[in-house]
Amino acid sequence: MTVKNMVEAIRDTLESEMERDDRVILLGEDVGKSGGVFRATDKLQERFGADRVVDMPVSEAGIIGTSIGLAGSGLIPIAEIQFLGFTQQGFHQLGNQLARMRYRTSGSLTMPVTIRAPYGGGVRTPELHSDAFEALFAHSPGMKLVAPATAADAKGMLTQAIRDPDPVFVLEPLRGYRLVRDEVPDGEHLVPFGKARIARPGTDVTVVGWSAMVQVALQAAELAAADGIDVEVIDLRSLVPLDVDTLREAVSQTGRAVVVQEAPFTGGFGSEVAATIAEEAFPYLEAPIARVAGFDLPFPMPMLEDHYIPDAQRILRAIRAAVDY
Amino acid sequence: MTKAKTKAAAPTGEHAAEVSQLRILDPDGTLIGEPPKIEEERLGEMLRLMMLGRRFDQKAIALQRRGKLGTYPPMSGQEAASVGSAFAMDPTIDHFVPSYREQLIMVHWGLPFSRYLLQRMGHPAGSVIPDHGRLWPQQVALAAHLPHAVGLAWGLKLQDREGVVMTHFGDGASNEGDFHEALNIAGVRKAPVIFICQNNGWAISIPWERQSAAASVADRAAGYGFPGVAVDGNDVLAVYTATADARARAAAGGGPTLIEARTTRLGAHSTADDPTRYVPPEWLEDATRRDPIARFRTWLTSQNMWDDDREKAAEQWCDDFMEQAIQEYDDTPKPDPEQLFDHLLAERGTRLQRQRDDFVANRETDG
Repeated sequence: MTVKNMVEAIRDTLESEMERDDRVILLGEDVGKSGGVFRATDKLQERFGADRVVDMPVSEAGIIGTSIGLAGSGLIPIAEIQFLGFTQQGFHQLGNQLARMRYRTSGSLTMPVTIRAPYGGGVRTPELHSDAFEALFAHSPGMKLVAPATAADAKGMLTQAIRDPDPVFVLEPLRGYRLVRDEVPDGEHLVPFGKARIARPGTDVTVVGWSAMVQVALQAAELAAADGIDVEVIDLRSLVPLDVDTLREAVSQTGRAVVVQEAPFTGGFGSEVAATIAEEAFPYLEAPIARVAGFDLPFPMPMLEDHYIPDAQRILRAIRAAVDY
Repeated sequence: MTKAKTKAAAPTGEHAAEVSQLRILDPDGTLIGEPPKIEEERLGEMLRLMMLGRRFDQKAIALQRRGKLGTYPPMSGQEAASVGSAFAMDPTIDHFVPSYREQLIMVHWGLPFSRYLLQRMGHPAGSVIPDHGRLWPQQVALAAHLPHAVGLAWGLKLQDREGVVMTHFGDGASNEGDFHEALNIAGVRKAPVIFICQNNGWAISIPWERQSAAASVADRAAGYGFPGVAVDGNDVLAVYTATADARARAAAGGGPTLIEARTTRLGAHSTADDPTRYVPPEWLEDATRRDPIARFRTWLTSQNMWDDDREKAAEQWCDDFMEQAIQEYDDTPKPDPEQLFDHLLAERGTRLQRQRDDFVANRETDG
């Protein structure tokens, strides 16, 4: 085990996967000489050369679209989109093209492509740099969607993504790149998709979150503990595929569920989680399933973002309401 | 090789600016440039494939009207743009990334034609690409396949694999953002890719002059740092020559080329379209005078490389080809509804499996 922050874990994973398989190629804006705006590809071009760590033009549709062709040629592309908000300028290449290729060719053309992007807000970025668009991706069948919350999972899930025969979108918590630090297993480490992690065991209320919200949920659980409420926190890890079993088992035990997301309230992936819990654990519910989310607004200007992103107090309020119901 | 550069009316006739374009055969079949060196037998195969296109359009439209085929995009008038470029490539090592009006090129790349029919009818078996993998699936979203072609070509180059990638698209597609992004990256990476724009003058009902203020698509290549060539897209020898030049350059590491094949759509955009609402009769008359098949046949005949016997034999070949494809198509069982759930991902996943189980269990009642 080595303690690393998330961006170090990602960088080291990219390096070891490139070393392991020379078909792996990185492409993105500023990933080469500069090492990426968050340094996730630091010194990788120096090590593997400009043909394997490729500085691309500012061209999101081109980056994702050429990744499709590169995969068709037998390579394993990992595309970095500099900020999640920019995926909208290439979304047709993601949802319409990349995700559908296997299905529309009846399995005769497959796409081992990994897309990485920083996800969510909290670090005072300019407009359109802090979005949480996971619901759009989850609504694009044919693509897996994962959102690690720890540095260890960032390694395990990115490794899994690169070796996956299908497209995987890896959402990386922007504010966690340097803040999240934990023990990362040395050597080979894979985290299979579709298996949630119990980030904190508890018996009274289940709080479900992913990415940066897991940390906030853990803070809320600490606050609730002072009130004598024993909160379980589930780190969903992978949105597609979804770990229905863990959600069912957890809420069947606690009878109360709070789902947390950074994204706007309406139509968010949290609604999918809430509906799944309702279907799977309805007889055990002792309170309505609560959703704590961003408001139904575009991601706001930086001076207001702290009021938009769910914090521990908002989650605590939902926890109390569930217990008091 | 001398290339006769002539001024000729753009596809949209008197409305459009004149563009200098490569032409080897005049519309009346007179040789005005140096023909490419192609064996006589191959020249005959080219004309035969062009004839197949024209005849298949009629057959497909009839099948569509009878409900035996889904929406169909005819290619009549554009046979030279397809066949001239296809024959300049080597399908045993080159790749083709098609749009949806390149039936003939897909045949040249070895797609069983029954599979094309199945695809047009919406049968999942129709979308399986040939085992050799060098023919990509038809792209329906305009220009979305251009970045794929670039990535593919770039990937071949990175792996030191031989072969050049050809991709076709229409004038309408040339106004999409993907066109720009793809050509830009192709230029930067010097990817071995040939972009062929079949400018047939119409994006469904929108004539070229209302799509762009530029006279020519080919001119846009300058903005990406590689050559752009306008050719008479109804002159199969000119299209062949331009494509062969581009292929040689790409294979030698010279990077991409944009070819604008200025051609004519004689029919509708698709069987769902009524061009009499917007195509002026005089435009159609002019286009008909520039028929690519008549032009090529006239020249081959003048060179004693074509005659009535060969014409009859070619017609017979076309009819046999279509009959066999339609027979195979008719003999293909309908898809099993459970196939809906196949091939989303390498593994189906528990959620989709549950949906499939539920679907299977309730098929009798849900229909």
